[in-house]
Amino acid sequence: MEVFLVSLLNGLVYGMLLFMLASGLTLILSMMGVLNFAHASAYMLGAYFAFTISQHIGFWPALIIAPLLCGLLGAMIEMYGLRRVHRNGHIAELLFTFGLALIIEKVVQMTWGLLPVPYRVPAGLDFPLFSIYGTQFPAYRAFMLLISLLMFGAIWLGLTRTRIGLVIQAALTHPDMVGALGHNVPRVFTTVFAAGTALAGLAGVIGGNYQVTEPAMAFTMGPIVFVVVVFGGLGSLTGCFIASLMMGLIQTFAVVLDYSPADLLRQFGIIVTSATPFHEVLTVPLPRVGALLPFLLLILILVFKPRGLMGTRDT
Amino acid sequence: MSADTTSTAPLAAARAPALLRRHWLWLAAIVLALAIPWLFFDWSKGRHSGFALTMLSEIGLMSVFALSFNMLMGQTGLLSFGHAILFGLGGYCTAHTLNAAKAGLFWLPVELIPLAGGLGGLVFGAVFGYVVTKQRATAFAMITMGLGELVAACALMFMGFFGGEGGISTDRVTGQSLFGIEYSTPWQVYCLVVAWTVIATMLMRLQTQTPLGRMANAQRDNFERTQFVGYDPRMIRFYQFTLSGFFAGIGGALYVLVYEIVTFDTVAAAKSATALLAAYIGGAGSFLGPFLGTIVVVLLQSGVSLISNAWLLYVGVLFIVMVMFAPGGIMGIVARHEPIARMGRLGELAVPYARILPPGLLLVLGFVTLVELAQLATIGSAQNKSLAIGGQPIDPHNGLPWAIGAAMLVAGGLWMRREARVFRARWDALMEEAKARGLPV
Repeated sequence: MEVFLVSLLNGLVYGMLLFMLASGLTLILSMMGVLNFAHASAYMLGAYFAFTISQHIGFWPALIIAPLLCGLLGAMIEMYGLRRVHRNGHIAELLFTFGLALIIEKVVQMTWGLLPVPYRVPAGLDFPLFSIYGTQFPAYRAFMLLISLLMFGAIWLGLTRTRIGLVIQAALTHPDMVGALGHNVPRVFTTVFAAGTALAGLAGVIGGNYQVTEPAMAFTMGPIVFVVVVFGGLGSLTGCFIASLMMGLIQTFAVVLDYSPADLLRQFGIIVTSATPFHEVLTVPLPRVGALLPFLLLILILVFKPRGLMGTRDT
Repeated sequence: MSADTTSTAPLAAARAPALLRRHWLWLAAIVLALAIPWLFFDWSKGRHSGFALTMLSEIGLMSVFALSFNMLMGQTGLLSFGHAILFGLGGYCTAHTLNAAKAGLFWLPVELIPLAGGLGGLVFGAVFGYVVTKQRATAFAMITMGLGELVAACALMFMGFFGGEGGISTDRVTGQSLFGIEYSTPWQVYCLVVAWTVIATMLMRLQTQTPLGRMANAQRDNFERTQFVGYDPRMIRFYQFTLSGFFAGIGGALYVLVYEIVTFDTVAAAKSATALLAAYIGGAGSFLGPFLGTIVVVLLQSGVSLISNAWLLYVGVLFIVMVMFAPGGIMGIVARHEPIARMGRLGELAVPYARILPPGLLLVLGFVTLVELAQLATIGSAQNKSLAIGGQPIDPHNGLPWAIGAAMLVAGGLWMRREARVFRARWDALMEEAKARGLPV
């Protein structure tokens, strides 16, 4: 019970972090058809920007400035890069963002070095908030949860209650029709791209000191975010939300549950020894498989249900 | 009877030059590949330069890999982000086969070892291909990415087949050979790599002319119409994927023969990315594009990585520039000159080209200066590296070199913009003329 509750909370925190990243990517992918490889790079840049800013002015200004910088960068990428590449088709756009992700990783390495930077939780939030069954729950995780919930509320209100939100929702499913009605679709694209990148940057600011801020963080986070987006389905933020939480919970629980297929077989009286065929596969403990699960899910979903959980069309 | 022999003899004699004319490029490539190492030959010690041979071998095996990647991207329109798993798994199969042959389990000459890798790639290509070819376009890219990550993670998890982080080491001197060669020197291995690179490249070239190769193009351009003609696009994708697995496996086998070890980074995403970068920079639209691209990428990789860690940045920037301005890659740029060449007026472009050369050089020089300064300030100083130009040490924390680099970049950019306008005007005029003459533009 103790392990369950703690893992549930941790999974929730991680899931909300994933959602902050994936929501922007879902919007970009559904509206523009661009599989944005540079999305996780914005997450990384957010963390690094926040690290540098918090060294000079402090964490709280960084919480605002770093996402804004990322958003600005996103707007520039969309206006000067993607639009130009757009006429060569979706694959060219995908390749463009892929090259961008490579370059950003190298630039980060050259600016901040190859090793992780000491981006730490701000002192004001570095205390245990409460303890369940003797395990302390850090206040910073609660803060992460709060920020991501606020952001979730803001996105939801923005998309359902504002004019631009309604246009975005319409452009999700019928971009041509929205254009025909006289809305400036390219500007909507730029807005969404910038907002999505800013959200990824925000996720980096609050996630960078929760995990490790290092040059490889984009390439480890990127595929997982893709999995969430595909799993949730194109054109559905709700699906994306559910998928994020699921992925967060799956990954957290997989780390805690130390079982292997051999343990399952033992229930049926089959003892796996080193002489058993495939004993290596059978004795792999679940925590080690945990890292594989998202990719396994990605393949299964794309093969059997390309529409995802709540998607409106095939990936 | 006698009339028959007299008539075929001159015919055969006439065919030989015709054959030479048609295939001169292949012959020239083989002669060049075998001649280049002698430029680096150390006559005082009487042996080849190990660095040059390794680099040339790398070009050979990576070009096989990039060409097999292009069987999917250029030919079939399938963008794979996990192609290295076929390369790497082919490599692992080769390493195990080589070890078994060395242990005397069976007799297999080293010359035929690449076939083991090819078969490994073929089998895994069929298994994975069955799953991934259900999708196309973006979904295919994502599914191959997932598969790539999955196999890369498995490579670290299962010690028996993959050997964990240490990988599988092997010994290519098995004493089994068709020609009695030991393959104990890099030169002998290099000759083997050249031979197999040529064989694999020729086979892939022939494959583009088979009905399957043609239908792969059709599937890429319009998969719905392919269905109407009566073909199943999924099966086309499946066969194409499996065959490209065969050639990727040969590339992996050559890797094992050259380095005598195979580790998990042969299946990792970075390897797949290298093939993608090489194929695109060279030109995915033409058969030989990936070959050219591999030469560029490997030269940058081996040459630049001697002095700095920034080679991937240069390759990345080159890639982005290609995606934005020349989607056809290097071969695409060359092909665009064709109408002008047909008019016989290529010479008129010489002056405009000469005029954009200096600003271009200035631009590149400024960019390289800034990148090298940046990487020297962080990564280089962590590795205790220092830079000196003409005996004058350069301090990356000093403002002056930065200012010079930035000035070169900005000046080069502005100058380039002016010259590019002149170039553009000349180019457009020539193209207009070509169009007026009815040449395909």
